[in-house]
Amino acid sequence: MSTVEERVKKIVCEQLGVKESEVQNSSSFVEDLGADSLDTVELVMALEEEFETEIPDEEAEKLASVQDAIDYIVAHT
Amino acid sequence: MSLEGKTALVTGATRGIGKAIAHALASQGAQVVGTATSAEGAESITAALKEAGLSGYGIVMNVADPDSIEAGLKEMTEKSGAPLILVNNAGITRDNLLMRLKDDDWTSVLETNLSSVYRTSKAVLRGMAKARWGRIINISSVVAGMGNPGQGNYCAAKAGVEGFTRSLAKEMSNRGITANCVAPGFIDTDMTKKLDDKQRESMLEIIPAGRLGAPEEVAAVVAFLASEPAAYVTGETIHVNGGMYMG
Repeated sequence: MSTVEERVKKIVCEQLGVKESEVQNSSSFVEDLGADSLDTVELVMALEEEFETEIPDEEAEKLASVQDAIDYIVAHT
Repeated sequence: MSLEGKTALVTGATRGIGKAIAHALASQGAQVVGTATSAEGAESITAALKEAGLSGYGIVMNVADPDSIEAGLKEMTEKSGAPLILVNNAGITRDNLLMRLKDDDWTSVLETNLSSVYRTSKAVLRGMAKARWGRIINISSVVAGMGNPGQGNYCAAKAGVEGFTRSLAKEMSNRGITANCVAPGFIDTDMTKKLDDKQRESMLEIIPAGRLGAPEEVAAVVAFLASEPAAYVTGETIHVNGGMYMG
């Protein structure tokens, strides 16, 4: 079973079309990984599906980096 | 056939333009799910498709009710997969001169004709975005552009649909999803049969083609917009009105 961190990073790679080596915990989706606003919406949807959870819009807006996403998932699942 | 393997959702498919659209998409190979507001309506959709030798069925959905939309989509997705083609066709009229128009006439027309388009579109986008392919086709009306006395509510809703469609087209274009409107003019359906002889006569006078349109003539344009070759057409309103109005 993969860790939350591994699973989050895998989804980030799939959704944003980036290589695993480019994805650091500190990577910002928009600034470092080139996500546009629609990419970030889709990323949140993909995280919701992977972790079988609902991320409210006001929380989703705060998820700016890979670490933000990991922290949110760890705290809410 | 060009739509083979794709599921299409057509709202308001028991009769008129919606029925013709359902049949046109199915004849291109799509698995068509048509909506009706009653169980009898849904059964008649299923029966009509079957009789025509086409693939598809009817479900119950009230597009003015968010819960009903959710339930209907869930039902069809379980049976046939998420729709990659959405045709928002369901609509009502509650005509009256503005000075006599009731709040309820305004609200119900806006809910059924405009808010429904927002709700169904939002609900299908996730599946389309994942597939990197989608077609949203909204049935507007010639009166959205030209206006019509006694139809302030209907004209507002339809013009709203066209503006919404243009925004949606811009938002989703880079996901392979197009959004367009088809704006029928005076088509021979139950909705236009409600008009009195005088209204009908004055409409015919301003139609250069000199006749009403057939539902199939609207459906053919919808089928084109749903097709693969239409991938580069988005945010557009295509008029099907025998020349009565050209935007």
